[in-house]
Amino acid sequence: MNDFLLPYIPIAVLAGIALFFAVLLPVLSLSLGPRRPTARKLSPYESGMAPIGEAQRRLPVKFYLVAVLFILFDIEIIFLLPWAVTFRALGLFGLVEVLVFVTILVVGYIWIWKKGALEWE
Amino acid sequence: MHGLAAHWSGPDMSFNIVDFLFSLVQLTTFDYLRAVWEGDMSPGLIEAILDVIAILTVSTFLLLIVLFLIWLERKVIARIQDRIGPNRVGGRFGLLQTVADVLKLLTKETLTPAGADTIAYNLAPLLTVMTALLMWAVIPFAPNVIGVDLNVGLFYVLAVSSASVVTLLLAGWGSNNKYALLGAFRSVAQLVSYEVPMVLSLIIPILLARSMYMQELVLAQTVPFLIVAPLSAIIFFISALAETGRTPFDLLEAESEIVAGFHVEYGGMKFGMFFLAEFVSTLFMSGLFATIYLGGWRLFGLERLETFGPLLGLIVFFIKMFAVYFVFIWVRGTLPRVRIDQMLDLNWKFLVPLSLILVLVVAVVDKLIPAGAGDYYRAGVHLVSNVAVGFVALELLRRHAARQRAIYEERLVRAHSSAAEPEVMAEAAH
Repeated sequence: MNDFLLPYIPIAVLAGIALFFAVLLPVLSLSLGPRRPTARKLSPYESGMAPIGEAQRRLPVKFYLVAVLFILFDIEIIFLLPWAVTFRALGLFGLVEVLVFVTILVVGYIWIWKKGALEWE
Repeated sequence: MHGLAAHWSGPDMSFNIVDFLFSLVQLTTFDYLRAVWEGDMSPGLIEAILDVIAILTVSTFLLLIVLFLIWLERKVIARIQDRIGPNRVGGRFGLLQTVADVLKLLTKETLTPAGADTIAYNLAPLLTVMTALLMWAVIPFAPNVIGVDLNVGLFYVLAVSSASVVTLLLAGWGSNNKYALLGAFRSVAQLVSYEVPMVLSLIIPILLARSMYMQELVLAQTVPFLIVAPLSAIIFFISALAETGRTPFDLLEAESEIVAGFHVEYGGMKFGMFFLAEFVSTLFMSGLFATIYLGGWRLFGLERLETFGPLLGLIVFFIKMFAVYFVFIWVRGTLPRVRIDQMLDLNWKFLVPLSLILVLVVAVVDKLIPAGAGDYYRAGVHLVSNVAVGFVALELLRRHAARQRAIYEERLVRAHSSAAEPEVMAEAAH
């Protein structure tokens, strides 16, 4: 196997054990607990009222906006992480590059703030 | 790191219970077993067996410690609220209360609500538990006790922890319940938002240590990063509170608004699994804070002692981790819940710009320090610049708050003077 992937073998083992455990718990619960489902018991909880309509509906657009902002900033951070590791090796050039990169980002950030994308409501 | 390994080497070592116990105390059991099995088995097989033993130890420990954590949390919260807390099951201190609770959850009926998306609904608790356990693979417990020292250690943590967002959405969407769906939307908005300042604040330790190996992050802390970069530590702590959905940020399960959030429809052990994952990941955040900002297993060179050094390191790490965990509980017992707009404002308008500026300031300051400077000189300069940035940020926040307060008070006065007259008219009409 590739040397690059070698350290991930224990993680795969851990994932296997975690999966085993995560499956074990509900299986134990299924075999130990009673099974007497009724229609009333299975209906979704809506403060004691009969549920009205489907619960899987469309989400308000403001949540979508938060997600888009997150993607924007997260991608930017992914560029910053390798820079932080090789900070010393890149020298002054790397620092100036990142300053320019972040400045462009900050301009965009100020723009979305002024546009009101950061306001909730 | 393998300096102690020399102790356990011989041409034909055989298993010896005294040596085995001694190696346990020294935390060199693996080197000992390696030496014993050498020759009998192929090196690949030995490493595989050791990996499995290590991982089994860590995961068993985690699942057992949760029993203690839940008890600790209930007890401490009870004391903060001037109650006694669990005190019946298992002696005076109620130590076995959680065991009884687990047994109760196990013997409850397992239901899948009508109309639920069966796959998403049942997959969500599985994945939550898996991600909570997987994060622990890279935490360094002691000088040579670590699951895997990955070259992207800290990045691995972030990658795995962000997978929990998906499980929350699966749970909320799969439940066919409006409260659950609302809770899931809120959770995703919150977790996703606070990941930005969290990762930005973690860039600073990476920058200072110039590595993402967890052990190297610990070794780089001649002066703990809590002192070198206190502002980064505070931002990380606030984001960690939000990421684990703990009290000032427990909007995802605000009982008074959306019942229990994304896990309303879960009962029995499936609910227990969400509960377990929450505690495991909160302890993980404490462990990560202790590793990255408090120096992990290091304490004034105690870990370098000849025989018991590694064991002392392990104890030091645990003390630090539980100290941070105690602060988590303390915050929960003290602060009220924030509103969703306040939560997002704090993140996008304060923590994100602050942490972004902090990264740049730390980078520039680090570049300005002459290359040959000592660790303490370097730490002092960083501390001063951090405190300066923090002070400016707080001053800006204070001015903003004063402006806001003035606006609200003015609005209040205007509302009073204009609202008074219709009221009088209404009274007269009666």
